[in-house]
Amino acid sequence: MKRILISAVAAIALMAAAPLALADAPKQGGAATITFNNDLTTLDPQVGYDWQNWSVIKSIFDGLMDYKPGTTELEPDLAENYTVSGDGLTYTFTLRDGVKFHNGRLMTSADVKYSFERAVNPATQSPGGGYFSMIAGYDDVAGGKATTLSGIETPDDKTVVFKLARADATFLHLMAINFGYIVPKEEVEKAGADWGKKPVGTGAFKLVEWVPGQNIKLERNKDYFRAGVPYLDNITFEFGQDPTVAVLRLKKGEIDIVGDGVPPAQFTEIMGDPANRDLIAEGNQLHTGYVTMNVAQAPFDNLKVRQAVNMAINKDRIVRLINNRAAPATQALPPAMPGYNPDNKGYAYDPEGAKKLLAEAGVGEIATELYTMNVDPNPRIAQAIQQDLAAVGIKAEIRSLAQAEVIAAGGAGKAPMIWSGGMAWIADFPDPANFYYGILGCVGAVDGGWNWSRYCNKDLDARAGKADAMVKADQSEARMNEWKGIFDDVLKDAPWAPIFNEKRFTYHSARLGGDPSLFTDPIHIPVNYDYIFAKDAQ
Amino acid sequence: MKDYWIRFRHDRLALCGLVTIIVFVVAAILAPAIAPYSPSEQFFDGLTLEGSPLAPNSRFWFGTDTNGRDQFSRLLFGAQTSLLIGIVANFIAVLVGTCLGVVAGYLRGFVGAAIMRFTDLMMAFPPLLLAIALAAILKPGLNIVILVIALVNWVQIARIIHAETLALSEREYIEAARAMGASTWRILWQHLLPHLVPTVIVYATLGIATTVLLESMLSFLGRGVQPPTPAWGMMIFESQSYFLNAPWLVFIPGAAILILALAFNLVGDGLRDVLDPTQRGRS
Amino acid sequence: MLFYLGKRVAASLVILLGVSIVTFGLTFLIPADPVAMIAGRNSTPEVREQIRHQIGLDRPLPAQYAGYLGRLVRGDLGKSYARKSDVGTLIASRLPPTLLLMLAAIVAELLVGLPAGIYAASRRGRTGDKVAMMLSFLSVSTPQFVLGLTLLYLFSYLLNWLPLGGYGSFSHVVLPALTLGLGGGGWYSRMMRSSMIEVLRNDYIRTARAKGMPEWRVIMNHGLRNAILPIIAMIGLDVGIFMSGVVVVENVFGWPGIGQLMWQAIQSLDIPIIMGVTIVAALFIVLGNLIADMIAPLVDPRIRLR
Repeated sequence: MKRILISAVAAIALMAAAPLALADAPKQGGAATITFNNDLTTLDPQVGYDWQNWSVIKSIFDGLMDYKPGTTELEPDLAENYTVSGDGLTYTFTLRDGVKFHNGRLMTSADVKYSFERAVNPATQSPGGGYFSMIAGYDDVAGGKATTLSGIETPDDKTVVFKLARADATFLHLMAINFGYIVPKEEVEKAGADWGKKPVGTGAFKLVEWVPGQNIKLERNKDYFRAGVPYLDNITFEFGQDPTVAVLRLKKGEIDIVGDGVPPAQFTEIMGDPANRDLIAEGNQLHTGYVTMNVAQAPFDNLKVRQAVNMAINKDRIVRLINNRAAPATQALPPAMPGYNPDNKGYAYDPEGAKKLLAEAGVGEIATELYTMNVDPNPRIAQAIQQDLAAVGIKAEIRSLAQAEVIAAGGAGKAPMIWSGGMAWIADFPDPANFYYGILGCVGAVDGGWNWSRYCNKDLDARAGKADAMVKADQSEARMNEWKGIFDDVLKDAPWAPIFNEKRFTYHSARLGGDPSLFTDPIHIPVNYDYIFAKDAQ
Repeated sequence: MKDYWIRFRHDRLALCGLVTIIVFVVAAILAPAIAPYSPSEQFFDGLTLEGSPLAPNSRFWFGTDTNGRDQFSRLLFGAQTSLLIGIVANFIAVLVGTCLGVVAGYLRGFVGAAIMRFTDLMMAFPPLLLAIALAAILKPGLNIVILVIALVNWVQIARIIHAETLALSEREYIEAARAMGASTWRILWQHLLPHLVPTVIVYATLGIATTVLLESMLSFLGRGVQPPTPAWGMMIFESQSYFLNAPWLVFIPGAAILILALAFNLVGDGLRDVLDPTQRGRS
Repeated sequence: MLFYLGKRVAASLVILLGVSIVTFGLTFLIPADPVAMIAGRNSTPEVREQIRHQIGLDRPLPAQYAGYLGRLVRGDLGKSYARKSDVGTLIASRLPPTLLLMLAAIVAELLVGLPAGIYAASRRGRTGDKVAMMLSFLSVSTPQFVLGLTLLYLFSYLLNWLPLGGYGSFSHVVLPALTLGLGGGGWYSRMMRSSMIEVLRNDYIRTARAKGMPEWRVIMNHGLRNAILPIIAMIGLDVGIFMSGVVVVENVFGWPGIGQLMWQAIQSLDIPIIMGVTIVAALFIVLGNLIADMIAPLVDPRIRLR
């Protein structure tokens, strides 16, 4: 995912094992108010790709698979169970009984087929349709030659069979992302262009009202197929709220959660206040902040220069600059991601060594540009990086621009260096493959792509493809080792300088209860609305 | 000339203003010599352990900013940029606007209407877009800021001067002067302009404050002064959200802008008294 | 009068056309590719080409502009890239709050600035004048974000007199209007003072005083009427100035107007929204100037509209 400082994931090892420890027993009822600075753009699951609308969409819709609340562990959701063929090319899902859409109709397998076809159909303009390219028939639909996916079969109302053109180990994760959420065809067609504003799904909450630019009101789905949840009766999202003011409102008790997280300016003050100890949930994210270097242009086509950059940057100082809201990163993958190599210490901070390498590279004085997004704290981080680079003889001019402009410059391959903060990669799903293809693989190293360093290593690409073909359950460890090796080699090639892995802090009111991991849910960012509850519910 | 200077010297306040301006200018020029630190050096211990900026203390007289840089040094070096913007850019804007406004208001007719509609066009135009466009052609930096500010700020004063000129040119003594055969130039210079001076002073002085703040908006969009070059407007803008927690980051550059604008105002009022003795003692 | 009005309306249309052309042209200088934004990270070049074709970005520039203009005169401002919803509806729903805010801000700045300016003029040279001068410079130099935050902190958070931002009732409008208008109030007070000083010099003022008219009547009847002319012109300018100011003020106070919209659109380079807001803003700015120019002769009969 491409968005900013948001929630975190509790350390995956801990959460996978321990059950949700609840201090208070959840009560049914009550309401919560959450504020956001930016508007929600759309609630169409096949189109929405912001961190704000993803979590709301996850509460209004469901997919075949989901993750256990507060964790990155897959579990069946709308599917009751599934089977995978030996060669990994056929997935058969058995749907649950009695799942109703908010309009009262029962969900069937035809809805599943329709939803995926909608995601892939170019008319939908879905940013995520490409994820389903392994389904047979994808090329015809994406090319506009057909509207149905031959690879999805619905032998009866309760069974969906996916036939894949190639085996892909990430397929089950793909059944859990928003683009694959199940939508009712008649409502989509009835709403037409307004579908994004009038979502109808199977989820825990249904949309009651949307006043554009002001608020969205959700209400509990009493017919939700999971008994007992959600706990809250009503949720209100308010937009256009500056986070600094939102914090004041939270302190006064007017709202319950500051959706954008604690603003850097007030972070120290709020964390230092002992009254807030139970009100701040902390967790890790599947996030890495990194500096990309354009390997297609001098001087960053020289490996020694790239390695020197890695050694020149003082990551501890940068972490302090952002109030210790992150941990210094040693490699591309975040620690919470499977495939992370805890033994790989990366490049140590060594300005003298960097200078030596630069001298060896023989490129002389380097003058270059460092692009960054203009929202705090990114320009400050860029300036810190600039100072570190200057100390080893690299003069970097800062270009501090609007997010869309930096993305465009990166996509066009024009930017020599980009600080990824504010646009940095947060994984769409907890698998190392998601951290590779789009941003480090050859497929992303094209115009409009997100591989801003234009790094294209065909050998690594081949290994990645092989790793993803290891679909059998007993191969998963071997697969992770493959990925570990791939990312170790990426680090040696140093197209990036990884800087830090951001943590997430969610500040919420005292009346909201729930395990801290729910407030820093790695998947339902920022908060898992289905499982939090109000302590003052009657 | 010497006569003017003697009269000016007796105006205490105006003198105060002049001295202040000179102090600012000298400080800006001598910044490399007087500043205790480099304005772009980020100190590891310039921030607290939790990464917060330091309040004014014995080592950093005006405290540090959110990157751990010395505010005092940044203020000094920032004076160079901000004085250039506040004085030069504003001056150009006021000059252009006054000339166009007077011409449009006095000549009227087709010329006047054309000028005013052109003013309308420029005013309807969002300055931010203009800045973005200019930056695509020229290299982002100080020149763009000065250009944009000059291009954008002249419209306001043009309209005001135009309105005042319209009213003034209907006055009897203008009619009389015209009847007596005075040339247009003479009428403009001797009869109209002196009455417009007070308005010009208001815009020339108050405008300094607004232009410096406009610069910060442009820099935010990446079209102005590039970091880490300090500029007072940008220093305020960067620290705005820290206002409740680290107010000195906003107060100190803000006070500098305020004092500069005030100083110009005092000088301007003094000048007006000196140039038009009939108004002496009236302000 | 009607002839003048007709001329101005015609000129305004030309101006708006000019704004649309220049803005349209400028958007192509903005280095961003909306297709990449919409298509997302996993799109292939084929998908991006399809989207480009659907939006119509592959047509030559004049054709695109013609299409844009054709839709514009029908009131269709296009569809936002990011939100896929109609720009016209978006702007229409957000315009009333902004207009309300601007109106309230004008009232606030006049209420604050005019009395201050008159007071300063009547006390010129003395302490009262100097204090008023300090205050007006202070109000102009304060960044609006800081002012808004301070007012919120003081009056809403600490004192609880007013709500912490938001929209809906009179009490919600007070602080945003003050924040937007206080700077303008500073300008008005300086202009008012300067105008009054000019006017009070005149002979007819001496005559009025000599006739025994009380000072306050001298100021109100004779001084004010003549000094207010530049003020009227300034009010016409306010719409234009506020259009930039609302971007900040609406964000601080959570005011659902077009300022917020414009800010988000600039950050994400959502060009249809940027174009739409620019055109609408230009419309109101031209309108504001026109009204100010029409009012001027009512205030000063010596001005004749030609």
